[in-house]
Amino acid sequence: MTGRNKWISLGVLAVLIALLPLFFPSGYYYRVGALIFVNALSVVGLVILIGYAGQISLGHAGFAGIGAYACALAPEHLGLHPALALVLGAVVSGVMAALIGKPILRLKGYYLAVATLGFGILVSMVLTNERALTGGPDGMNVADLGLRSLLRDMGWRLSGGEFWYMICGVVLLVGAWLALNLFDSPSGRAMRALHGSEVAASTVGVDVPRQKLRAFVISAVYASVAGSLLALQNGYITPDVAGFMHSVEMVTMAVLGGVGSVLGATFGAAILTLLPQVLTVFAEYEQLVLGLVMVLVMIFLPQGLLPSIARRLKGRDE
Amino acid sequence: MSLLDVQGLGISFGGLKAVNDVSFKVSPGEIVSVIGPNGAGKTTLFNMISGVYQPGRGSVSLNGTEVTGVAPNRLAEMGLSRTFQNLQIFQEMTVLDNVLAGYHLSERGSVWADLLSLPGMKRRAAEARAGARKLLERVRLDKAAEQVAGNLSYGALKRLEIARALALNPKILLLDEPAAGCNAVETEEIDHLIAELAASGIAILLVEHDMKLVMRISNHIVVLDHGEKIAEGDPATVSRDPAVIAAYLGTEEEEPAHADG
Repeated sequence: MTGRNKWISLGVLAVLIALLPLFFPSGYYYRVGALIFVNALSVVGLVILIGYAGQISLGHAGFAGIGAYACALAPEHLGLHPALALVLGAVVSGVMAALIGKPILRLKGYYLAVATLGFGILVSMVLTNERALTGGPDGMNVADLGLRSLLRDMGWRLSGGEFWYMICGVVLLVGAWLALNLFDSPSGRAMRALHGSEVAASTVGVDVPRQKLRAFVISAVYASVAGSLLALQNGYITPDVAGFMHSVEMVTMAVLGGVGSVLGATFGAAILTLLPQVLTVFAEYEQLVLGLVMVLVMIFLPQGLLPSIARRLKGRDE
Repeated sequence: MSLLDVQGLGISFGGLKAVNDVSFKVSPGEIVSVIGPNGAGKTTLFNMISGVYQPGRGSVSLNGTEVTGVAPNRLAEMGLSRTFQNLQIFQEMTVLDNVLAGYHLSERGSVWADLLSLPGMKRRAAEARAGARKLLERVRLDKAAEQVAGNLSYGALKRLEIARALALNPKILLLDEPAAGCNAVETEEIDHLIAELAASGIAILLVEHDMKLVMRISNHIVVLDHGEKIAEGDPATVSRDPAVIAAYLGTEEEEPAHADG
């Protein structure tokens, strides 16, 4: 990807975020949009881990859980501002990822998948069982960010939906910008190189374990920030955020949209967030339809939706 | 002083001594070739020297420093670079990015600079990019720079690997069958390229099956058979050596004799 492509991707994303509200039939869709952006943010993190560095994780919801509960717990127990709690959550997730990543990133393929899965389950169990601290499976309230009332005092009235749509949209743009920068940087090239061939990457001087760990830590921070934003906008959080299904959802979004591309990942997040909303009419068959869509995409568009479509369009031009 | 000094190097897989007690030296600007029949242990030897395999016995010194079993990325920092017999290309990356990956040591910086696309990173990457384009011209792949590497022909990929290995600006270059699968014209180009590199002071260690190429460009030849060094010397000496002729043609009396040794 050249520098030009980076700005095209960011431009497309920015325009979509800015213009979509024009087509919203009701205020409710701001909420859906904000949810899409939060999901997309954690999926962009997975693009770095899976798409760039070629490592799998089935436990990233664990980091989302750490980010979410940091925003729930730190303001209450440490008296931190919720925005600082988000930063604290990101730091804790990053340190945690560095600590557990070091031993488990030696594993490859499905061994790594199982190890990360274990981590995710561990976090989710702690959050569920430490009732005294986390309220257990019932979840807990999350303090208000306070920014919206500040804006209102300054004369800018926003609904909760509008406010979070804006915040999450901006954070997603920043996340996409960082990920696209990384793609075309020395670290990004090193990650993509070890994805292609670890032995060749190490013979050109790439410290393979270190670069894998970098990708793992960065993607953990993305998931953590996404978890924090989810907690803050809902004002409430349950251990489901760290659950296994959430991890699987993230990976599915990434793979569905196209795991090598930031824009594709966002697209995948949008589709998988929207589908359940659309499918409420078939409430009973929702999981069935979702599963079917995924199977069909993997069979017919194994590169993921966006790259496959892009390739087809390109093929037609030539 | 020799740049690369291999002493008594050996490794066993299971009970089999894949390489046993191999010693030789390579000096700057010298082309040393390792030849031998299939399965003689040439690639295994390369893998031990370049840190991919941990040697079981013996030592490797680079520029006077012992580097036995040191990781490939540390050896790369010390000026050792290599290509692979079975191509190890970054298939999904563009041709240019493949060569840029070879500039990793000169373009790497802090991860923050990479994430934020800071000017320092951009400057280092731009320098690497300029160098990479020159290398691609040198191996005649400049027109394919933006293509995905996986789409290239076998011969082109061989040249791409050499360009990537050169991107490290190595003191010593290990080439594992660079001419395999190349046609006569391409082989001749590689021949010229290797001679040029040696003339510029790079030490070359070469594994190659094309005997004409080996005899033409080597200063020194090491012959392996069944993991052991059976002969060494200049091309003329080696090509007359009865043990070498036996290893290649296989005479019934002599085959067991050096297999035991």
